[in-house]
Amino acid sequence: MSGASDFQRRMPEASRDLRRPVSVLQRWHIDWPLLLGLVLITVYGLIVLYSASGQDLYYVKRQSVFFVIAYGAMFTVAQVRLHVFEYWAPWFYLAGIILLAMVLVMGVGAKGAQRWLSIGGFRFQPSEGLKLAVPIMIAAYLAKRLLPPRFSHIVISLALIGVPALLIMRQPDLGTSLLIAASGLLVLFFAGLRWRYIAGAVGILLASAWPIWMFVLHGYQRQRILTMFNPEADKLGAGWNIIQSKTAIGSGGIYGKGWLNGTQSHLNFLPESHTDFIIAVLAEEFGLLGVLALLSMYVLLIGRGLWIALTAQNTFSRLLAGSITFTFFIYIFVNIGMVSGLLPVVGVPLPLVSSGGTSIVTLMVGFGILMAIGTERRRVSIG
Amino acid sequence: MPEPQHLKDHYQEARIFSHRMVVAILAIVLLLGVLLARLYNLQVVNFKNYVTQSDRNRVQVQALPPTRGLIFDRQGQLLANNRPSYTLTLIKEQINDLDMTLALLAELVELRPDELEGFHKRVGQRRRPFEEVPLSYRLTEDEIARIAVNEYRLPGVKVSAELVRDYPLNNMLAHSVGYVGRINDREVAKFDEEKYRRYSGTHTLGKIGLEKYYEDVLLGEVGYQYVETNARGRVLRVLERIEPQPGADLALFLDANVQKEAIEALGERRGAVVAIDVATGGVLAMASTPSYNPNLFVTGISYKDYNALNRSLDLPLFNRTIQGQYPPGSTLKPMLGLGALHHRAVDTRYRVRDPGYYQLEGEERFYRDWKKEGHGSRVDLRQAITESCDTYFYDMAYRLGIDSMHSFGSNFSLGERTGIDIPSERKGLWPSRQWKRSARGLAWYPGDSLNVGIGQGDVLTTPLQLATMMATLANRGKFIQPRLVQTIEGKKTEALVQQMYSVSDEHWDYIFSAMENVVHGVRGTAQSIRRGLKYKMAGKTGTAQVVGIAQGEEYDSEALRERQRDHALFVAFAPVEAPKIAIAVIVENGEKSSKAAKVARRVIDRYLAVEQQLQLRADQQASEKQRLGKQPS
Repeated sequence: MSGASDFQRRMPEASRDLRRPVSVLQRWHIDWPLLLGLVLITVYGLIVLYSASGQDLYYVKRQSVFFVIAYGAMFTVAQVRLHVFEYWAPWFYLAGIILLAMVLVMGVGAKGAQRWLSIGGFRFQPSEGLKLAVPIMIAAYLAKRLLPPRFSHIVISLALIGVPALLIMRQPDLGTSLLIAASGLLVLFFAGLRWRYIAGAVGILLASAWPIWMFVLHGYQRQRILTMFNPEADKLGAGWNIIQSKTAIGSGGIYGKGWLNGTQSHLNFLPESHTDFIIAVLAEEFGLLGVLALLSMYVLLIGRGLWIALTAQNTFSRLLAGSITFTFFIYIFVNIGMVSGLLPVVGVPLPLVSSGGTSIVTLMVGFGILMAIGTERRRVSIG
Repeated sequence: MPEPQHLKDHYQEARIFSHRMVVAILAIVLLLGVLLARLYNLQVVNFKNYVTQSDRNRVQVQALPPTRGLIFDRQGQLLANNRPSYTLTLIKEQINDLDMTLALLAELVELRPDELEGFHKRVGQRRRPFEEVPLSYRLTEDEIARIAVNEYRLPGVKVSAELVRDYPLNNMLAHSVGYVGRINDREVAKFDEEKYRRYSGTHTLGKIGLEKYYEDVLLGEVGYQYVETNARGRVLRVLERIEPQPGADLALFLDANVQKEAIEALGERRGAVVAIDVATGGVLAMASTPSYNPNLFVTGISYKDYNALNRSLDLPLFNRTIQGQYPPGSTLKPMLGLGALHHRAVDTRYRVRDPGYYQLEGEERFYRDWKKEGHGSRVDLRQAITESCDTYFYDMAYRLGIDSMHSFGSNFSLGERTGIDIPSERKGLWPSRQWKRSARGLAWYPGDSLNVGIGQGDVLTTPLQLATMMATLANRGKFIQPRLVQTIEGKKTEALVQQMYSVSDEHWDYIFSAMENVVHGVRGTAQSIRRGLKYKMAGKTGTAQVVGIAQGEEYDSEALRERQRDHALFVAFAPVEAPKIAIAVIVENGEKSSKAAKVARRVIDRYLAVEQQLQLRADQQASEKQRLGKQPS
């Protein structure tokens, strides 16, 4: 004892590190910077949603219920050990593919697209689950291989990515399909996919742009892209959404028109104001400063996510954390980009702010995985 | 053969991952930068543009039509009113499928083919965007209810209450008050920016009569409201409102009672009556028959109705009082006689032998008197006027000469527009040497003067000119420009007054008494109306040939078709000692001037009776006032 206390006296820092009591947060695998960012965005998002839904508390209540479920899911997932994910990855993946196939056969939907499965009165979108299943699958697959991946592994990974992506594209849901493909490809990228392959792929993509345009894209998808480049051409038709959302954002200025004072959204000029175009409501009512506030919350989440990825203990965790974080950023970029008229309108919600249950749960499960990864290290060191 | 196993190099993998992470972070920073630049561009650089666009989105300016000024007669009876009417209007910009909407509407309300036709025409015209285009007028309560129930199926369809012009007296005043009608393409094309603004809420404007002449004061000033609308064009609230200024009310000199008497007196005949208040020049009655219902034109007349009016041989759309140009015939004689006295071409003692014709020295041609056997051997001016002796006036005209006749007659508004306050007045023709040279390229012959001397030949006058001539006579040479409007929004209008060079009172009295003789004398040409006359009337009959009669041909009215019979004319003023009313009557193809004289008498009787009544009422009120004023003391 005396020796130990001697040691302690001389090296207090070392002793504290060893004996640091495990905090409640750590015990429950909660990463507090992530949680802080999430709570801030949740509250901010609900405030904006109240205005965007025309001051309808119904939407806010519904969204709150989803958040309760989503936070529950996140905390639950955070408790799961990572090798469990790795082990179960193929089964998640397979289940997802089967569900997607079922959607094509017996799915329900709206606006000419079949995206939902209705089983026992419970409606859900299987494509949401694949947003996580695909990166987990690819990460699990590549983590067992030598990195950087060899050509044959790349081909298999691409096949694994391609099957769900194509199935979702058939629904048709181009936006989700591309985002899921991106989440898988990001794993490949973080795994060290050689630059020459990347360059080659980009070359092939550019070369095949014309045939894709002609034979793959649906009429409405082409229309969306065309409208993006020249929204003024069809003011009351396809260009209406973009013109109105740009007007909403622009007229917000630096300081905004004030909460509940956005004329574009409250007078119904803005389409989909509580779902995909909700950032326009925020920008109109809270101005550039309001958007910057939201972006800094996002940056907090992304920064923390990247930190977790960098400090993760093994390849699987790293690849998964990197992919989840970067995909999250892609959601943000694509949504704001499309609403502000930089990108075609592809139907990507603004993460954690747009109204919609499945997407929030998926995202929060993703953050649960990030928390699991982030707190994994300590479990190892303490254990 | 198993592949050689390679050991995973964890350190190497972490290093690769870290490199890729750096690339990813750079990408994130770069893309965030792109987003921020975009937002900066939208919210800071183009802020003003988007604010404008956002306001333009939600704020719309709506024009508020002013209430058109009312028109009253001199006793305050409404002649032109504004009545609320429910109109079915469509906003084309808010309708996806116009044909479908029209088909649906056809099930709910009765749509006449001409309404649809008119609608399609108006939709094609130059319009402001989002302007309501009227489809059907005067909806019934049932129709309004049916549309209200189906409102959700009919975006862009509205029932709007609109004030529509209404003429309660229908046919009675169509020509003088006129009517408003829908603004048409040609009129819009002529609008300047200011007019375009003033009519932004108004669909109609005055087309003829007072409605046209006083369009500017009747219209009023358009108002505006700035309204906030949602994306579907529904008005949510009014942001700002500038009230429209109603147009000015007009009160006329015209008396609806007198007007009614004139129309009833003309009855089924084609003809015209103009009665003028001698003291003011105000038009008391102005009737042209047959007439039409001006209400038909307000919301757009159907082609069928219009064609019926336009093609009628009786010319109901034609305002005979100011557009009808008739040979005045003998009605000019008193004025010409006065001129001859004034210019000393004749005097009151001068007498002419009348064998029933007149011949110029050295000419073969007979200038016939209307009375074949003549008026006797010693016809003086009084007898010539009383019996309307043509021979005397041939002789007198010859003596007076065209130049004197022309200049003297010009004082009585002959050959010139009187300048009355309704548009489309014609000026008639009062011939002169100069006119004949420039119009016909011929010299003036003495024979021409003879024809002018009995109001024939080339002479043309409108009934208004004749009535004005009578008023000028009654005023002893003071010409007062005739006008219909007495006050504009309570403010009195002013008349143009011209005093002709002075003719001695002696001459006036002589002519007046000769004219009195026309009515009251035993041999007067209008003696048929003297029975029961309670006042003295000075008048003069006239007949105007419709078809020229060749030399030597017998005049046989029976052989002529009805429309080729002579026009009957009568001019008069009364009472002689203090003239109040001057009148001119023409009964087309009336043949006998007494027909016109009867009409004149009825109108004058009526006017004087009304005057008496008004005077009585005024006296009563005055005495009442006096009595009330005295009581307290």
